[in-house]
Amino acid sequence: MDLRIERGERVALLGPNGAGKTTLVMHLNGILTAGHGTVTVAGLPVRGDTLKEIRRRVGLVFQDPDDQLFMPTVREDVAFGPANLGVRGAELERRVHDALERVGMLDALDRPPHHLSFGQRRRVAVATVLAMEPEILVLDEPSSNLDPASRRELAEILRSLDVTVLMVTHDLPYALELCERALILSDGVIAADGPTREILADEALLSEHRLELPYGFAIPGARS
Amino acid sequence: MHVPDGFFNVAVSVSAGAVAAAGVAVCLRGARRELDDRTAPMAGLVSAFIFAVQMLNFPVALGTSGHLLGGALAAVLVGPYTAVLCLAVVLLVQGFFFADGGLTALGVNITLMGIVTVVVGWAVFRALTRILGGGRGAVVASSAVAALLSVPASALVFTLLFWLGGNAPIEVGAVAAAMGGVHVLIGIGEALITGATVSAVLAVRPDLVYGARGLAGPLLLRAADGTTSEVAPAAAAPARTGAARPGGFLLAGIVVTALLAGIASFYASSSPDGLERVAEDKGFGAVATDHALGEQPLADYGESGGIPVGVAGLIGVGVTLAVGGGLFFAVRRRGRRLAEGARGEERVDA
Amino acid sequence: MGAGHHHRIHRPGDSPVHRLPPQCKLLAAAAFAVVVVATPREYVAAFAVYAALLAVVAAVARVPPGFVLRRMVIEVPFVVFAVALPIVGLGERVEVAGLSLSVEGLWAGWNILAKATLGVVASVLLAATTEPRMLLLGAQRLRVPPLLVQIAMFMLRYMDVVLDEMRRMRVARESRGFVARDVRHIPVVARSAGALFIRSYERGERVHLAMLSRGYAGSMPIIQDLSASRGQWGVAGLLPGLALLVLGLWYVM
Repeated sequence: MDLRIERGERVALLGPNGAGKTTLVMHLNGILTAGHGTVTVAGLPVRGDTLKEIRRRVGLVFQDPDDQLFMPTVREDVAFGPANLGVRGAELERRVHDALERVGMLDALDRPPHHLSFGQRRRVAVATVLAMEPEILVLDEPSSNLDPASRRELAEILRSLDVTVLMVTHDLPYALELCERALILSDGVIAADGPTREILADEALLSEHRLELPYGFAIPGARS
Repeated sequence: MHVPDGFFNVAVSVSAGAVAAAGVAVCLRGARRELDDRTAPMAGLVSAFIFAVQMLNFPVALGTSGHLLGGALAAVLVGPYTAVLCLAVVLLVQGFFFADGGLTALGVNITLMGIVTVVVGWAVFRALTRILGGGRGAVVASSAVAALLSVPASALVFTLLFWLGGNAPIEVGAVAAAMGGVHVLIGIGEALITGATVSAVLAVRPDLVYGARGLAGPLLLRAADGTTSEVAPAAAAPARTGAARPGGFLLAGIVVTALLAGIASFYASSSPDGLERVAEDKGFGAVATDHALGEQPLADYGESGGIPVGVAGLIGVGVTLAVGGGLFFAVRRRGRRLAEGARGEERVDA
Repeated sequence: MGAGHHHRIHRPGDSPVHRLPPQCKLLAAAAFAVVVVATPREYVAAFAVYAALLAVVAAVARVPPGFVLRRMVIEVPFVVFAVALPIVGLGERVEVAGLSLSVEGLWAGWNILAKATLGVVASVLLAATTEPRMLLLGAQRLRVPPLLVQIAMFMLRYMDVVLDEMRRMRVARESRGFVARDVRHIPVVARSAGALFIRSYERGERVHLAMLSRGYAGSMPIIQDLSASRGQWGVAGLLPGLALLVLGLWYVM
């Protein structure tokens, strides 16, 4: 499987449950290692000696923010990643502040994660990754369990970031809203690759891979 | 149980503290060997689970209820080393963050509810699965019996500590009877819920039950072209390769127990607070026994009636036999394994 | 044990007691408890002084007495035991208001009651004035094995998450008309416990993956370090120090 994503692009990876989306995501970050074959990320083979660099370059936002926010306070959680990269002192402080500012959660700095709302926790989860200053941000089902306002706020945040984004989701309107390009992953292979608008307009393609647009939703300006 | 400050004298509290520290140190090493860098998050989550499950009240009989201590359950589910660590952390957190259990009694509490329940539970479990084989029913039955015995065993060690340095003028026999009696009943509840819980986990994720790792079938890998291939369990779950090493764990248990006995008797003889009083208080008996049973003063976590004094003795014998038997099997197994050479599936030490 | 554990005790505040470094408070509370336990029970005056010392700490920390009293509920089972002791105790007996009480039992009951109460109050004050997170940092400073501190940290973080899951399962059971009444219902409760274990275990695995993905390589980075000045140690040492002084008087006199 060869997947090429240009710098600054926002790409949606679509697929039904069990298609291998989360597995692919774990491979990108070197958490899972290949059973067969090799994984190369941005020219770097995923190996023991390159793991650290790959994990810096590829930031992973997990589906459940409770899994991602494991430290006692937001500040320590956001600092965890850069501190593992060896960042200390004023520079660490700056990164924590920057990352939280970008997701609009700076005032939660000293609060424990379990006192935040679900939407806030997801934003902090994004900040924990941003603090590592990754080149690629990979999000696993970013819109799941969010209320409409949180969903919109997160979309605004993601659009404001100047990093490459790979978004794994089956929330098709969200993909359309945020990503100009979409891929369909099915049974471990990429079944389609193209502009999101075109892919979502192809009803036959969608239904073949157990994907559907929500009731009453139509692609604006689409042919069919 | 959660013994508060002032229940035991300083000597026993300090000795039990030393035992608990030694036990936890051994288990830190053991758990690290099994779980590697996963130790902190895994043990942390399992501790949270135990903390939660200890709040789960279950009906025992006729409107009475008890709740889980969880030592045997934890030992079967995550292995003895991790189990001791988790229970110790639960008790530390309860002591320091919730003021539950005295600070000077932390050693006593960890020894009784962490180390004794896990060591006895694990020993009984290993011995029984050796005899009954490693089938699913055998694992469930063994964990139930392990839980059944682990609770009165803890009560007996409590009685031993009480005899060495308890700050209350009650005949040791009466304490043993009251503790033993109440805890046999609690043990039954513990056994039922432990067995049923292990069974429930086995039904869904048998690979997660530490005490049944031989049971999980080989993992099937389905390749993209539709072919399937088997993966050896060890290769499929590299994180769970840490061996049980029951011999090593039991050895550590014996060392800790010996340490307990040694230090405690040293203190007991040099500051004969408890012993002296027991010696002084002669000519009591029936009265104290009746009252102690009637009030069930020592059992704060189970409300139930009394049981004849003789039962405590029987439990003592039973536990001794079980522990002895467990040790015997562990030693024999180790010996045989060494003779046969590596059998692979169990012993994959780092 | 039983219900009641999960109420957090910490009371945020900004008193001199709150501001003391956690390692100082931790050691002071533990040392105080040791002195209390080591005090002979016949030295009744000492216990009054200890109680007064704790009252001063509570006042300085602005922890209201009602708060401390409510937290002492945890002690109740042993109070019952202590009260029962004079009745069931052995040895010489005295008549008090028509009741035959054991002298030894009275002393023992007093001993346990006094020491357990002082111990609980000291623990409550420690927990009330110290954030759980700071308590962990303090423990780390006191050379508690880092792994143990980390396990406790993860436990505290996920305790509420796990308890919430348990609560949801109970609601799901009860919404379908199930109430655990007797032994026959144990398998149902146990299935929930089993499911809870699996969820907790799997979450542990996911948390580990989340840690790995942010560069975790086996040790937690120490981001925050606390140091205590000699003066702070001195202030914290006042409580066990004065208690020890009182205890010393017993042996001098």
